[in-house]
Amino acid sequence: MSTINLSVNGKQYSLESIPGETLSTLLRERLRLTGTKIGCEEAECGACTVLVDGQPMMSCVYPAERADGKAIVTIEGLAQRVHEEMKLHPLQEAFIEHGAVQCGFCIPGQILTAYALLKRNPNPDSADIRFALKDTLCRCAGYPSIENAIIAAAQALRTGEPVQKPTHIPDSIHEHKTVGHKFLRPEAVEKVTGEAIYTDDLKFDGMLYAKAKRAMIPHGFLKKLDISKAKALPGVVAILTAEDIPAEKNHGLVIFDWPVMVGINERVRYVGDAITIVAAETQDIAEQASALIEAEFDLQTVITNPVQARQEGVPQIHANGNLLKHIKVRKGDIDAGFASADVILEHTFHTPTTDHAFIEPECSIGVPLPDGRMEIYVGSQIPYQDRTQVARVMGWPEERVRVVGQLMGGGFGGKEDVMGQIHVAMLANVTQRPVKLLFDRHESLLVHPKRHATQIRVKLGAKKDGRIVAMETELYGDTGAYASLGEKVMTRATTHSAGPYDIEHVRADCYAMYTNNPPAGAFRGFGVTQSAFAVESMMDMLADTVGVDRVELRRMNALHVGSVTNTGQVLNESVGLTECIDRVDAEMRKHTANPFAPRVDSANPNLVRAWGFASAYKNTGLGGGAPDISGADVELYEDGTFQVRSSAAELGQGLVTVMRLTVAEEMAVAPDKVRVLVMDTDLTPNGGPTTASRQTFVTGNASRYAAKTLRDHITATMAEKFDVRPEQIRYEDGVVHVNGHSMTYAEIYKEMTSIGQQPKVRYEYEAPKTMPLGEGGDMHFAFSFGVQAAEVEVNKLTGEVRVLKVISANDVGMAVNPLGLQGQIEGGVMMGLGNCLTEEFIMDNGNVVTDHLARYRVPGIMLTPEITSIIVEHPISSGPYGAKGVGEICSIPTTPAITNAIYNAVGVRIFKTPVDQEMIARELWEREGVK
Amino acid sequence: MNLWQEYKRPTSVAEAVQDLASAAGPALPIAGGTDLMLDLRQGNHPPVHTLIDLTFIPEMSALELRGDELYVGAAVPVNQVALDPMVGTHAQALTEAANLIAGPQVRNTATLGGNVAHALPAADGTIALTALDAVAEVASALSGVEQSRSAGVETRRMPFTSLFLGPGKSAIDKTREIIVGFYLPTAGPHQASCFKRIMRPQGVALPILNCAVWLERDGDLVKDIHIAVGPGGSTPFRATEAESFLRGQPFHDETFARALDCLLDQAKFRTSARRASADYRRHIVGGLLRDVFDTAWKRAE
Repeated sequence: MSTINLSVNGKQYSLESIPGETLSTLLRERLRLTGTKIGCEEAECGACTVLVDGQPMMSCVYPAERADGKAIVTIEGLAQRVHEEMKLHPLQEAFIEHGAVQCGFCIPGQILTAYALLKRNPNPDSADIRFALKDTLCRCAGYPSIENAIIAAAQALRTGEPVQKPTHIPDSIHEHKTVGHKFLRPEAVEKVTGEAIYTDDLKFDGMLYAKAKRAMIPHGFLKKLDISKAKALPGVVAILTAEDIPAEKNHGLVIFDWPVMVGINERVRYVGDAITIVAAETQDIAEQASALIEAEFDLQTVITNPVQARQEGVPQIHANGNLLKHIKVRKGDIDAGFASADVILEHTFHTPTTDHAFIEPECSIGVPLPDGRMEIYVGSQIPYQDRTQVARVMGWPEERVRVVGQLMGGGFGGKEDVMGQIHVAMLANVTQRPVKLLFDRHESLLVHPKRHATQIRVKLGAKKDGRIVAMETELYGDTGAYASLGEKVMTRATTHSAGPYDIEHVRADCYAMYTNNPPAGAFRGFGVTQSAFAVESMMDMLADTVGVDRVELRRMNALHVGSVTNTGQVLNESVGLTECIDRVDAEMRKHTANPFAPRVDSANPNLVRAWGFASAYKNTGLGGGAPDISGADVELYEDGTFQVRSSAAELGQGLVTVMRLTVAEEMAVAPDKVRVLVMDTDLTPNGGPTTASRQTFVTGNASRYAAKTLRDHITATMAEKFDVRPEQIRYEDGVVHVNGHSMTYAEIYKEMTSIGQQPKVRYEYEAPKTMPLGEGGDMHFAFSFGVQAAEVEVNKLTGEVRVLKVISANDVGMAVNPLGLQGQIEGGVMMGLGNCLTEEFIMDNGNVVTDHLARYRVPGIMLTPEITSIIVEHPISSGPYGAKGVGEICSIPTTPAITNAIYNAVGVRIFKTPVDQEMIARELWEREGVK
Repeated sequence: MNLWQEYKRPTSVAEAVQDLASAAGPALPIAGGTDLMLDLRQGNHPPVHTLIDLTFIPEMSALELRGDELYVGAAVPVNQVALDPMVGTHAQALTEAANLIAGPQVRNTATLGGNVAHALPAADGTIALTALDAVAEVASALSGVEQSRSAGVETRRMPFTSLFLGPGKSAIDKTREIIVGFYLPTAGPHQASCFKRIMRPQGVALPILNCAVWLERDGDLVKDIHIAVGPGGSTPFRATEAESFLRGQPFHDETFARALDCLLDQAKFRTSARRASADYRRHIVGGLLRDVFDTAWKRAE
């Protein structure tokens, strides 16, 4: 054993070396500096970046012993605590001010990398910043905000002046005191100083470490399981198999078809199925034990895609067969529609499975309490559902489980299903010790549900002038081994598959099929990402066929107030599609007068540029007849501050800011007087799932009505006390004006409690009722609309594609939180760009090829185009201040905007994503007859 | 599972080769370790007992002019190579390649020695060094006396291309030998080099094609030229046929076309699953080579 002498954030340490230890482990586990994050342990994501002698390094692959004699700076070393106050470094301040902080998980790596850049280059330009941050991934993908923050911080450091605030982000056009204006995230400071705690940063006394053994075969029956060798390993505390499941054997979000563990003679349906779980004194021992467990399988034919899954005579994966759901949309008379068409086009499109690749891998900790209850610490999009699912399997009443939601390093739909929550509950219950189950990136990629791979056939009939009269679509969706939210996702893909257009005759059929691939479930866009690619490509093909301008074609067919959707819903208000089209069109033509014509680079004739255009819509909320409910508490405290509480999840998207601003607006106080607590099933009422772009709407409304109700209580109390009419009581500037004198909220608190009134309100908000698919009426209570134009540059020789500019207009009803909205829109474009150009989750006969982050590329800052955001605000009367969802719509039109631009540049139509540059090159060289 | 049991930090090449020879179990040298750590962690490398860290050895971290050669220690971080003005002057292709290897954090630890020791036929650093006609210095423990602590070290110089046996197969026996550094000829008048590559945005971040050219110009004539293309074979490929053709020729479209034909005849482009087909590589290599050649040609004016 040798000694490691190192300095960390200016403090000297002398530590015994531990074989196999990396610098990140030394910092996180031994020094408890948990601001250094682990995203991949592959030197791919950059979250673990620290400075070693001033140079940014990936601490996850840096042997701790190499740090001997070196000076390390971690994120905790940048800010200085001056008395009680944190004095932030200008970079930290700028990241907050510019809205560059979203989920926060990558932020320590971003800031330290930027810090090293500014040390050697105090005045970097955009290219310098991109070069330096090339491999520091942000999946919320606020890359433009990150760049702006670094430029602002550099300026502040050079001049000694305060950090400049962003000037390009407009406030809402709807006038309110607080909502609609730029305010900072409540948890932003913790996220830039490294003090923010994510699940893996927690440690409990006596905590054990768990590992799930995965089947690693795509389809078969478990025949034999031998845990004897693993059991004999010193340090192993418990090994559980399917036989140890206390009550219900399966979990699931809608359908309980997913075994907690697969038992002997039971069916393995994908490589990620768990067959045993181990708890041990250390992570190493848990992993060794898991490797010592021997399993034998009777292998079965693998169902690799949804079309095969529907064929006659193939193995059936579930008792009810391979068909999860046949989804149908019927409107008008499709045959009559096609009979009346002048032109008919028909094409088939394919989209791959993709992964959320949130930078924070899944982590759960189960903590048994002396009274028999169980706490689950986890970053989850649906805390109450986790509680239900854990309780079902444990055979307990739900109240015996408390889910304590933690900050999440991104979700995007990928943290809706249960991952380790049930496993840690079982192990913690058996051992009566806290148990942590942390996925590594490999396990995360293998196990959690993905975006559905699809095959989409579109047949479109139109009049000569471009008016669409009939649209028929047929979709196949690969929902993988288990249902997850597959039925809901593919329903959304289907109902939106004719695009945001007013069409008289529509017929859509979708087959959501089980296969032996990893499950597919929720992923930002929820099926509409896929169908928008197909239909928007068809729109451009139609434009060429009938000789109508691409924009004009969309304008002429666009949904508008008074339109009837494919599912028979009359749109009565809040349809900002035409404004989105017009404004993107105008902005695009400012850059390029003839945007869809190819422009050849004068210096390099191989480079051709053109714009592409696409529209989309996306429902806000669950819809389809599901009750859409969220609860919120608002409470006034003795010191005159408020707390707003709901179990709704904060995954980086900014819900906590929305809740805070809403309550501040209603109570007429400064936002920093409102604290927000989310995601705790003991302390916060049920906000429902954080999915379907619904939380601003439902929990925004719940917070707003809770605050309003509290205000009514206060008004009633004050009216009685001062004997005035309620209308004479005004709420302004943080105080309550009654009859000429004003009372602070601290005084109000005293007043109310003195007469035995609790200044606390719980409000359960239920969104307007919706109808199930097929019954007509309102299937959804709101829709958001989005239009994007993308300018691309295609290299005709190599087929390489570069996205230069994206203009994104989104009708969000009302911009409650403009700073957060900017981040959502930038990130939505980048996630769309990744979906179009870089991302493909590859399976080979049910085995995962893209099982490391190095093989699954998500877009970094180098691929970031210039993004222009246009906010369109057609309010919806039931939304909070008119707001509707934005989380998904901002990501949906990106893919077809890019692929349409590729076609406009070089005439190659993309029928399959991600775009294959070799295919483009090949088509061009074959067309020109060269070899 | 511990990635290693023992970690050595020798401060001389002699100590390092001795540590390698005398380790209590399977031993490996580690320079940047950005690939090795992953291979160990992901089980792509057999378990190792002892890691021998080469970054504390001054000789291996040196970057300096030695006579009429530029010496680059095998453990010099790639980023230092990228930023070094001497490298920029004498081996611009290497500067360009070093700037494209991985990302900044990885470049701060990754080394040229590691890039070369992996023996990939299209590693950026390797292709640049191939065109620059580098010579490697390799050290091993004196044979027969491995167990002796006082035993000396034997070093030898190897032509760069002789370091490679096949894809992923190095001529260096990592269990007893260490690449100490690389010697590059310094650039004379009208000599220049260039490196470029073509990527695809999906999958592993390896180039689908890269190319380095070093040339010496005599007015409009190509006096001397080295062309390296990766992957143009199972080891880093030198387009020697094209080079011989071009030597002494004037440079214009016609001679370039003939040279490209020579290259296409000689190179063995292959199809890599999910990255690029052989056809595609053959189709784009001309454009890439022309681009690289033109840049080097202008630089050599």
